Amino acid sequence: MSLWHADPQLHDVDAVILPGGFSYGDYLRCGAIARFSPVMGSIIAAARDGLPVLGICNGFQILCESHLLPGALIRNDHRKFVCKEQSLRIESVDSPWTSQFSAGQEIVIPLKNGEGGFVADEHTLDELEGSGRVIARYLDGNPNGSYRDIAGIRNEAGNVVGLMPHPEHAVEALTGVGTDGLGFFLGLVGVPA
Amino acid sequence: MSTVTGLDTVEIAETTPEQPQPFAELGLAPDEYARVREILGRRPTSSELAIYSVMWSEHCSYKSSKVHLRQFGEKAPPTDALLVGMGENAGVVDAGDGWAVTFKIESHNHPSYVEPYQGAATGVGGIVRDILTMGARPVAVMDSLRFGKLGAPDTARVLPGIVAGVGGYGNCLGLPNIGGEVYFDASYAGNPLVNALCVGVMRTDGIKLAKADGPGNLVVLFGARTGGDGIGGASVLASATFDDAKPSKRPSVQVGDPFAEKVLIECCLEIFAADLVTGIQDLGAAGLSCATTELAAAGTGGMDVDLDLAPLRDPTLVPEEILMSESQERMMAVVTPEKLEAFLAVCTKWDVNATVIGTVTDSGRLRMKWHGETIVDIPPRTAAHEGPVYNRPIERPVDQDAVNQHDGRDLPRPRGGDELRDTLLRLVGSPNLADKSWVTDQYDRFVLGNTVLAQPEDAGMIRLDESTSRGLALSVDGNGRYARLDPYAGAQLALAEAYRNVATSGARPLAVTNCLNFGSPEDPAVMWQFSEATRGLADGCLVLGTPVTGGNVSFYNQTGTTPILPTPVIGVLGLIDDVERRTVHGFHSDGALIYLLGDTQDEFGGSEWMHVVHDFLGGRPPAVDFAREQLLADVLINSSRDGLIDSAHDLAEGGLAQALAEACLRTNIGARVVLPEGLDPFVALFSESTGRAIVSVPRSEEIRFTDMCSARGLPATRIGVVDVLGTDLDIQGEFSVPLRELRTAWSSTLPARFAD
Repeated sequence: MSLWHADPQLHDVDAVILPGGFSYGDYLRCGAIARFSPVMGSIIAAARDGLPVLGICNGFQILCESHLLPGALIRNDHRKFVCKEQSLRIESVDSPWTSQFSAGQEIVIPLKNGEGGFVADEHTLDELEGSGRVIARYLDGNPNGSYRDIAGIRNEAGNVVGLMPHPEHAVEALTGVGTDGLGFFLGLVGVPA
Repeated sequence: MSTVTGLDTVEIAETTPEQPQPFAELGLAPDEYARVREILGRRPTSSELAIYSVMWSEHCSYKSSKVHLRQFGEKAPPTDALLVGMGENAGVVDAGDGWAVTFKIESHNHPSYVEPYQGAATGVGGIVRDILTMGARPVAVMDSLRFGKLGAPDTARVLPGIVAGVGGYGNCLGLPNIGGEVYFDASYAGNPLVNALCVGVMRTDGIKLAKADGPGNLVVLFGARTGGDGIGGASVLASATFDDAKPSKRPSVQVGDPFAEKVLIECCLEIFAADLVTGIQDLGAAGLSCATTELAAAGTGGMDVDLDLAPLRDPTLVPEEILMSESQERMMAVVTPEKLEAFLAVCTKWDVNATVIGTVTDSGRLRMKWHGETIVDIPPRTAAHEGPVYNRPIERPVDQDAVNQHDGRDLPRPRGGDELRDTLLRLVGSPNLADKSWVTDQYDRFVLGNTVLAQPEDAGMIRLDESTSRGLALSVDGNGRYARLDPYAGAQLALAEAYRNVATSGARPLAVTNCLNFGSPEDPAVMWQFSEATRGLADGCLVLGTPVTGGNVSFYNQTGTTPILPTPVIGVLGLIDDVERRTVHGFHSDGALIYLLGDTQDEFGGSEWMHVVHDFLGGRPPAVDFAREQLLADVLINSSRDGLIDSAHDLAEGGLAQALAEACLRTNIGARVVLPEGLDPFVALFSESTGRAIVSVPRSEEIRFTDMCSARGLPATRIGVVDVLGTDLDIQGEFSVPLRELRTAWSSTLPARFAD
């Protein structure tokens, strides 16, 4: 079901996906305005209580702006929007969003962003790596200048995940890039790997 | 006297017939101005002059092209595929099961030269609103771009901005970009071509038309506020009537706000779903002037508007500027009084500004007031539909015969394997044939989740909806060099290629849109090119059974007296029952047999080979054979449906060599090829004869496939085999190229030019 930005009710959903897109046109900082929408107040509170939340692309940016995830996403180092089939390595599987994968598994899903460069200070990056909170890394070339090739991270509890590439475009071979993206969603609906 | 300082009212106009008016500065000819006075029986007010000047501009009135465009209707083939034909914002095609598809292409050439990013962005925004206005959800865009030489200094200014603008607007709207063209030729330096296409999907009962029916119904302006952007000549009026104590230097190029458009799209679709409008029109060129006159002219016939109710971004705007403003992301709806509350509620939900600014009347007049005083009182049809029509002088260019006679037959041709190999590498890396990923990787091709095929496939393909397997396919094509050699044939060649591309994907071609880019219509030689191209296109559409459903003419594309190459860009829409049956262009099955379909002649007039290797343009373009195109299309479509082929790729610029290279590089799979016997290897590899394609056929289907070709009389020559483990494109007996070397040559051209 769809939640409406102006409606703070979560309507008893079991998990929330913040999709990609251009909330408020990305005219300010990506996600900076959407983070203050009424529904985000409820999502932030519920996420702190363990509600599974996956932020994809602009959703990832909103999660960083909401401080549910550390770091920030800045303009691609080459300063152009990029849309491509991207190889990733799954680094961490201890989140409901990644439990269907095996550690080290390599997958291909579409990447499409203008401001996808993940940045954080060295201390934060070390902490993310040390605690297994980097969930996916870019392979075969860094497409946007993300520090340490980071494509996705999770919070300490593991229920909140931010991912720059788009697994929803890899769920049906006909209209996307293979079906490698399904794993991000099947863990939540209890489908065995 | 008016109570508003400087306001020119109907009352004043009636009493000051001798007042000089800046009609020439606004682009009206003396006889056109005289005609306005004759229609009104007095001099126009400055607001009326603003309306007539923009509505009778070449861009809005088609005054130079109308007499030629009529052929598209007169020669329209009988078809039951069309639900809405020419004349509305876009044509609508019946897609079966209650689905309908609407599509159109439009130019935004001049703004994109002045301000590449915003010019291109608002080009996308404008065509998307045209599609939305028909009642459809826009589902994809395409773009056809032409620039000066790749190495020209100005290309480095306009290309990155235009590409970023097309991407920036379309990506933000959440519309996949599924294909298009990027070409380079010196003639487009100073005149880049930006042609944007949009396609939308709706239910057949949801078609909306642009007319204001029902006296007493309300006229609602909604979306963005009106600002001073995009006002071309209005400043002339302002300075003629007002003092200079106001901001004067405004951008003449509109500035886009894609998020406002995204919200407007969702708002409109919700309004359509609840059946809350009786008529709707987008505000594009000529803004409020166009929307009010066209809605009124198509409906009951009259409209009263309080112009000072229009919400403004800049409160200093005067009526003439408001009428001419081309501010983006605005729509006008006609709403019955009972439905107004529900209409406004939907707008409020989407944070869309909506204001009732007038009512529909049966007076036969468009009347506008400004602070209670009448500033416009005209018969709307005279502005919208009864503008001037010109039979411009036509004269075959003096150099046309010479251009056709100097055919380049004596130009040195490559001989032997090594020279052919060098030619292939040079051609695949040439600007027009090189990999366009640098451009297309800046466009989102996945969003909405229904993209079945996108660039660099022969056609883009979109599943109509997740609930159906039905799909649409689209291709846009044009070749200015062919059209320079023979504009009649050039338009037909563009049509034939787009038709072939759609069929190559497995879809049945059904309807046509066109964007006709030419130089000045006041140049008889240009007008000859235009008349020949429109005649060729109309004749071709009649033979192929694919009617023209709408399009756009862009004149005055020239630098000084030098026009661009005549460039008709043709979009063909096709439909496919089951998108799972679509055909891709890359080789992918080991051992599949490569067949060349069609006949190859020694045809190099206008070819990439002559252009790249000899920088030469002369002779005749390849011959057009529509019967062959239809036969080829039938075979490709049936083969797709029956699973007889694994891949198919049309042969066009660069010929067989380019098609083989692309089919290998798409999937990084090798091929072993034996050129057809009896053909000169150079001709076999690089000729641009039409009506051809390569297909790869699984061995198990070979007999069925060749039986079908021979039964139908389509020449099919087995020329090779797909080798999944192969790492070369091997032209046996001539040369072999490692795919790695081929890829480097093909893919480094654009990145090298536009490296950061």
